[in-house]
Amino acid sequence: MDEPLNLVLFSGTDDKLQAAAVLTAGAAALGRPVHLFLQYWALDAFRADRIGRDHGLAPEAGPAGRKAVEVLAAAGQAPWAETLRQAKELGGVDVEACSLSMDLLRLEQTDLDPLVDGVEGVTAFYLSAGDGQIVFI
Amino acid sequence: MAVIEIAARVDARGLSCPMPIVKTAQAIKTVAAGGFVEVLATDPGSIRDFIAWARTTGNDLVEQTSDGAVYRFVVRRK
Repeated sequence: MDEPLNLVLFSGTDDKLQAAAVLTAGAAALGRPVHLFLQYWALDAFRADRIGRDHGLAPEAGPAGRKAVEVLAAAGQAPWAETLRQAKELGGVDVEACSLSMDLLRLEQTDLDPLVDGVEGVTAFYLSAGDGQIVFI
Repeated sequence: MAVIEIAARVDARGLSCPMPIVKTAQAIKTVAAGGFVEVLATDPGSIRDFIAWARTTGNDLVEQTSDGAVYRFVVRRK
């Protein structure tokens, strides 16, 4: 289990970010290194001034899906940012912003939540990914 | 049978996947090698998760019981 798990986060809705956070936390609990590469709308969701906001759900959720997500949250499910924070506490989780997406959204690293460790290009991401799986969410 | 002395406890009741395992992975780091951590959880997926976590990390799952909807696990740090 030493091969890193590499997740490219593209979507910025709360359901997809929660799914990514759960995958990250599970891998971190097993001692597996995880690299998160934040692009486009996922990166936007990590803005310090917006991370705690409602980022909506994927279109397929519909009203019933929205209700189900609200029930789970009311039952005490941690928000995705908190799940990620716990995963990072375990160690081995590196969160990097895609530099192209930083340009696209006109962001500086100081605009981002401290969960984000740095900014890198796609080549650096592939280098750290090594032979590990790459999953696009 | 020797009495197991619990060095750390995790109350993960009411927490959904993967938090019971995440909290356990955090707690196991706080005990010495050979130390025991007791975990209470209500997530039904936690039974298979604890088996998989123990197998992958090399820590021992030494007890696994349930009392109604509450699952109790005892793990020993490798």
